[in-house]
Amino acid sequence: MREMLTQAMDLQALKEKARSLRLDTLEITTHARSGHPSSCFSSVEMVTALYFGGILRYRSDDPHWPERDRFIMSKGHAAPLLYAALAHAGYFDREELWRLRQINSPVEGHPVQDRLPGIETTTGSLGKGLSVGLGHVLGGRLNKLNYRVYVLLGDGECEEGQIWEAAMAAAHFKADNLIAIVDYNKYQETGPISREMALEPFAEKWRAFGWHVEEVDGHDIQALIEKLKAVQEVKGQPSVIIAHTIKGKGVSFVEADYTFHGRALTPEQAERAREEILCK
Amino acid sequence: MQVGEKAGLKPAKPLRDVFGEALLELCRDNPRVVVLDGDLSNTTKTAAVRHEFPERFFNIGLAECNMVSIGAGLADCGFIPFITSMSAFLLCIAYDPLRISIAIAGLNVKVVGSHGGITLGKDGPTAMAIEDFALMGGLPTFVIVVPSDPASMHKAVHATAEHVGPVYLRSSRTAMPHIYPENHCPFEIGKANVVRQGRDLTIIGCGLMVAAALDAAAMLAEEGIEARVLDMHTLRPMDTEAIAAAARETGTIVTAEEHLLHGGMGSNIARVVAATHPVPMHFVGLANTYTESGEPYALLEKYGLTAQDIVVAAHEAVAAKG
Repeated sequence: MREMLTQAMDLQALKEKARSLRLDTLEITTHARSGHPSSCFSSVEMVTALYFGGILRYRSDDPHWPERDRFIMSKGHAAPLLYAALAHAGYFDREELWRLRQINSPVEGHPVQDRLPGIETTTGSLGKGLSVGLGHVLGGRLNKLNYRVYVLLGDGECEEGQIWEAAMAAAHFKADNLIAIVDYNKYQETGPISREMALEPFAEKWRAFGWHVEEVDGHDIQALIEKLKAVQEVKGQPSVIIAHTIKGKGVSFVEADYTFHGRALTPEQAERAREEILCK
Repeated sequence: MQVGEKAGLKPAKPLRDVFGEALLELCRDNPRVVVLDGDLSNTTKTAAVRHEFPERFFNIGLAECNMVSIGAGLADCGFIPFITSMSAFLLCIAYDPLRISIAIAGLNVKVVGSHGGITLGKDGPTAMAIEDFALMGGLPTFVIVVPSDPASMHKAVHATAEHVGPVYLRSSRTAMPHIYPENHCPFEIGKANVVRQGRDLTIIGCGLMVAAALDAAAMLAEEGIEARVLDMHTLRPMDTEAIAAAARETGTIVTAEEHLLHGGMGSNIARVVAATHPVPMHFVGLANTYTESGEPYALLEKYGLTAQDIVVAAHEAVAAKG
């Protein structure tokens, strides 16, 4: 059993793990010459905290273990980050990552359920993951299991109506083991969210739908772990952690240019990005 | 005239009532079956399940997308979710989650669309599912089942639950007369039933149009034309053997469906005929149109879905044999 991996790493090790995941995401999207690296970079610390910070209970050699906590990558374009985390957690060989977006490979451009062990549900059309997570909550109740369900949402994704259908229903069903985390990097594909389709007042929207709301610096691993542990104590309502992040986090020229959404770095850009990630 | 009267078929209760009874039986038999409702349990007839098994019944409200993806999560937990609503709303509103959350991975979810076809009548074109075969045809992992009478609905509900993988089941508001003796209907997914033997042509119907086809066959028999009638209760996987045999042995085929011709049963049968044993074909169905509110039978007449329309098509088909 590889359940040892669910033991929390110390903070320094977590920072190193985050660096590895960011680097792998860079390398495989550059290798594939396509993908959404900037959307992965903003979520790296959240995924690190979940898989390696002692939050998720999982067995990487038994991906369908009924008692596992679920992690659903609802912002499916961050698939490379999900794959990197799963590989580092031992679900499959890390070499597989370099088959991203290649023909005859299970490493799809967006996650397809069970094509790789550990992918809980198919995403890539936005807005589906929170509902699927709620299905796992209701199924867990019938099966009398006490796992938690974590769903990582994009901020632009929250423009989808189905998110709010699920938000309404999760509060109705008092799904206190459902935890949404929003990667609030403030940009969608076309530009700043505030300009394209404003989400604010964002926290108030979730509260109005009956959710417990926390906000956090989405790149502070320790703070993320504290919030993730704190919301485990919330009873009778679902929780959302609004994680304030920087799109392209960790690579200065990607942070400065939102048009990197949906675009891989060139080999030359990747070289500079690699240096920055390794130096920080 | 009632559909099935000419063929001497006994009238039955509305098909949706039969669905509700069959689903309740299934829930009693199988504790893994759960039911999701889009706030239409009185309409789709799942209300009895809510009453008897409240813990396995979820009213998700008027949120079809959410309902479909929740169903995917429940299937992942080992349950057999029956997602129920009116077909036109369920499929058209929630097509994206059907595709993303269920179809691509081929999850074990059952989608029941009630009020298929135009015979729901007075609620009008917004409520009529005339495109459900085409829509579900676009989700390649789904089995598509269309019962034609009470006995076949009972069998279909159980077969749907036993099949591992996604299934679409069409239910209807209308009463479909008894084609089969009660509890004595052969029903195997993907295997069409021959409900009348004949050598001069084959009429292939599904749903209500099986009874209309038997009416048409009775009328044709009075002229000395003997029609074979097939109940194509599964549109995918399609019974290619039965279709090829019909083409080979009777030389011409008429199809009849309460659905658009474009992307419906007939066009898919034509694909099989063209690839196996090409013969002349004629098609009874809705030709690129939406209908209107009205009495069910009056709608069938106005839009060309009666036994008489099948007889006209049959004459053309037989003449085309040469």
